[in-house]
Amino acid sequence: MSSFLIEITTVLVFGLAFSMLLFILSVGLSITMGLMGFANLAHGSFAMAGGYVTVSMVSKTGAPFAVALLVSFVIVALLSILFERVLYRHLYRRPELDQVLLTIGIVFASIATVTFIWGPDPQLILMPEYLSGSVDLGFNNFPRYHIFMIVAGAIIVAALFYGLERTNIGAQIRAAVDNRRMAESCGINTGRIFTWTFALGSGMAALGGGLGIQLLGGIKPVFALEYLVIFLIVIAVGGMGNIRGTFFAALILGIIDFAGKFYFPEGGAFIIFAVTIIVLLIRPHGLFGKA
Amino acid sequence: MKKYLIPAISAAGILALSGVQADAREYKIGFIGPMSGGAAQLGQQMERGAKLYMKLHKGELGSHTVKMIVRDSKRPGGPIAKAAAQELITRENVELITGLIFSPNAMSVAPLINKSKTPVVIMNAGTAFIPNMSPHMVRVSFTMWQAGYIMGQHAANKMGCKTAVSGYSNYPPGKDSIAAFRKGFVASGGKVIDEIPMGGPAKVPDMTPFFQRAKSKNADCMYVFVPAGNHAAAVAKTYQALAMRKAGTKLVGPGDITQDTQLQGMGSAADGVVTAHHYNMFLKSAENQAFVKAWQAEYGANSVPDFVGVGGYDGMAAVYAAIKGANGGKLTAAGAMKVLRGWKYNSPRGPISIDAETGDIVQNVYISVVRQKGGKLVQEIQQKFEAVKDKCKELKLGKCGKKLY
Repeated sequence: MSSFLIEITTVLVFGLAFSMLLFILSVGLSITMGLMGFANLAHGSFAMAGGYVTVSMVSKTGAPFAVALLVSFVIVALLSILFERVLYRHLYRRPELDQVLLTIGIVFASIATVTFIWGPDPQLILMPEYLSGSVDLGFNNFPRYHIFMIVAGAIIVAALFYGLERTNIGAQIRAAVDNRRMAESCGINTGRIFTWTFALGSGMAALGGGLGIQLLGGIKPVFALEYLVIFLIVIAVGGMGNIRGTFFAALILGIIDFAGKFYFPEGGAFIIFAVTIIVLLIRPHGLFGKA
Repeated sequence: MKKYLIPAISAAGILALSGVQADAREYKIGFIGPMSGGAAQLGQQMERGAKLYMKLHKGELGSHTVKMIVRDSKRPGGPIAKAAAQELITRENVELITGLIFSPNAMSVAPLINKSKTPVVIMNAGTAFIPNMSPHMVRVSFTMWQAGYIMGQHAANKMGCKTAVSGYSNYPPGKDSIAAFRKGFVASGGKVIDEIPMGGPAKVPDMTPFFQRAKSKNADCMYVFVPAGNHAAAVAKTYQALAMRKAGTKLVGPGDITQDTQLQGMGSAADGVVTAHHYNMFLKSAENQAFVKAWQAEYGANSVPDFVGVGGYDGMAAVYAAIKGANGGKLTAAGAMKVLRGWKYNSPRGPISIDAETGDIVQNVYISVVRQKGGKLVQEIQQKFEAVKDKCKELKLGKCGKKLY
């Protein structure tokens, strides 16, 4: 009984921590793909930029980890506005191939840029005291960082839902997505809405990049490409542009991924692909996607 | 007439010979390593080692020069390295190939060089049977069995471990490494209760599920092999995050998990980790201290060499020896092997030699423990094993026991 309890709590807690990270990393891409119909493959580059800003702040200026995360959110959000204004906006009405070519180009450019500045080694930071070590719950103990990840993720999820469902700007975003022309006729500046949404999504990715440093073995130049597949899986399973869908997809995939690797290490890494295929066979537009 | 002919011919011969020697020859060699992608830091480290040797030993080849042509193998798999080797041999006409970080890189190159008869000096790839794949290959780096077998014995005999679990990156050197550990550990009376594959070498997975599984087995020791580079820091961090030391499981492994370039980023997580390896930058020999000093003079005071860098450095020493042996003529496989099989060298890691029969490295293996000293991590040598040969070939296990060409 007690060993069963240990296993179940282990899978849930660690799986949940990974789910939260997945959600924070992917939700911005879901927004840009669903709301703006833009295939932004460079999403991982923004996440990576966030990771590098966090690492540099902590190791060069000695800033606290939490402050570094917030600063990276702001810097990357501003940076993404620049990209959106200068590059992305010209391609909104162009075919997807053009969008993919531009954004994958940005991915390669970003990999080369961070390699040039920080070198190819993975960058690590030493976590503050309150985030290292583990919490003993009597029957099982868990790393403090994983607990922090879950709490931080829950707060972010709650804030996002509140923002989109209960605020005026959230209503405008939803309106712009459902019917852009109608929203514009009502006097909503959809161009500006998209810019801010894009910035928010990229800032979230930056947060994810910073939060992931500890869980993913440091931040490194190939990050931008390495995690692209998993972002796309989360979005495909959840349904594009659907924040609730993205959340549940991240939840399911994160926990299944952990359980798979824990119980069947030989083939566990492939289980999420199997789940993805099954979900998409039954619901081609994702769990919560609109047909 | 006949009386004068022989001296005349020999005089002409001597003239011709000295003419060859006076001609400065440029030796073109190919260097294959991951220069981009996830393992780019390993490629950089190996190239830096090789170039440092070239810089410090400029005059050694007299008027001859070496041109190193670098090609990117990008990923741990075989095809790109193979294409690079093919291009180097057929288009660039290189006379020797070196580098080769990942085992599958080296394995895919072997059939090619057997046809072209191009000598190869392996600077890293450590799967034990690789030199058996070609008579034209030597390895200056290490074999997984040198560290793994000794670590297995040490864990059972000196660390009091009765049971162990292994975690490994699931590709040839990973399987090799845990097999070596198992052999050494079981031979010394230990029992391996679980062996956990932890994903492939290309991407660093979240290590938590694998380590959590290991933790649930309550073993005395956990032996981990991951490829040097990105994976290493994740190992120590996960081990610490899961409080496995407190739970009574000691972390051991080959030196890949305490790679010098990654060590300081691990923080207190690495404290107490025990490894078996052929090099770390804290070795006290005069050769090593001079090497580290030269490295930091060349690449900056914050730059650190690790065993991959030493592999590059010593590999280039072997290449220079082969070129000296060619004496201004073409570098052939037969000529290079004659020099390199049985070659001896005083490396920063201690005295090394190449086994004449197998083409594989013979070297010291050190048991080290990581300690915190003055806010920094250092590796303290606890024990030294001298002139260690590859155990897998000694025991003639599987592919180690036969020629593969």
